[in-house]
Amino acid sequence: MIELFLLMLSTVLVENFIFSRFYGICPFLGVSEKPDTALGMGCAVMFVITLSSAVTWPVYHFILEPFGLAYMKTIAFILIIAALVQFIELFLRKFIPALYTALGIYLPLITTNCAVLSSALLNIERGHDFMYSVAFGFSAALGFTMAIVIFAGVRMRLEFADPPKAFRGMPLTLITAALAAMAFAGFSGVKLG
Amino acid sequence: MISTKDIANQFKEGIITKNPVLVQLLGMCPTLAVTTSATNAIGMGIAATCVLICSNVFISLLRKLIPNQVRIAAYIVIIAGFVSAVELLIKAYFPALDKSLGLFIPLIVVNCIILARAEAFASKNPVLPSAIDGLTMGLGFTLALLAIGSIREILGSGSIFGIQLFGDSFRPIMFFILPAGAFMTLGFVIAIVQFACGKAEQKELNKPIPVPAVKAEVEEVTEEPAEEETVMEDSEIATQSDESEVQA
Repeated sequence: MIELFLLMLSTVLVENFIFSRFYGICPFLGVSEKPDTALGMGCAVMFVITLSSAVTWPVYHFILEPFGLAYMKTIAFILIIAALVQFIELFLRKFIPALYTALGIYLPLITTNCAVLSSALLNIERGHDFMYSVAFGFSAALGFTMAIVIFAGVRMRLEFADPPKAFRGMPLTLITAALAAMAFAGFSGVKLG
Repeated sequence: MISTKDIANQFKEGIITKNPVLVQLLGMCPTLAVTTSATNAIGMGIAATCVLICSNVFISLLRKLIPNQVRIAAYIVIIAGFVSAVELLIKAYFPALDKSLGLFIPLIVVNCIILARAEAFASKNPVLPSAIDGLTMGLGFTLALLAIGSIREILGSGSIFGIQLFGDSFRPIMFFILPAGAFMTLGFVIAIVQFACGKAEQKELNKPIPVPAVKAEVEEVTEEPAEEETVMEDSEIATQSDESEVQA
């Protein structure tokens, strides 16, 4: 149990998906303009990554591996993720419309979020068992959400800044992200587990 | 058939005016992650270019067969197929590259550049222009990666392509190899590009408008600045809409 907790803590802080691993940078730069939209995106991502970790693990270990199709895992996983996102969208629209209206617009974007595919692939590469896979997926998404919400708060302030013309927009955002990444680099010396 | 002028234009767009990384701001994940050295950057660029050319050709061939509703899913499957092939080839022939790029080779599947070109170009154009588009956009991606990778390698480890450039007294700046350095370098490179674009636009605007008559009337002179301003506003609106597209 304590090992599971340490795995989650180190995934959220030490190996943060955004600031030390660069998975999911596109939504991070695209959607992190206001804290509430960032939180919406983060929740949608958490939902999809946790579910996709739970689904891709058995598919790999009970279908792909026994039939010698391990090399097909990239195609299989991206298909599973795309189908899962579609399914979640339909399910939410039908049964939990309130959540659908909150997350709906972010869901289609998630298929091409590299955080989802990479957490599925990392689970296989690192040989996590089922419990660990789900915990890893959830905590990776938690780290993603934390980063994107914190950064949205910073970006709100940036709107009032008056940088040189060439730095307006993306460059200023990236340099701010560099400062945030430096803060997260402080965790890299911490050895957990 | 397409003329050589069209081809030259496509090259100019892919590498300079519509550079996928530095102008369109697509494909940030691999750009930030694999540019710790120039060698990695080139490896990633070539792998992505191969996938981009193949997927563009294939999608262009199938563009009349793929139903509109499921086109994104179909594109992703086609791209994933080529990525798996490239992944296996790299594993077999360049094991060192496979080790240093790691997970980012399978992640080419979700690289926004490839999907964006499929959606914006290959699904509407015949095979040959699509292939050239894949090549030029891939080249633009590779060159951008190479530029960022070279800066980070020279500053961060004092070498380029693994060859030491400076004497023993040189102390490399570790910062540029770390993730924070990636964000910082990309930010500055994009700022330089925006600065250059701004300069080019200014130059275009400041070009003397040819006045046929030597005796230019006073009224005409007063009108000209007003015209320039409207042109500038138009171009600003254009860049803004580009940005919003990227974010969407």
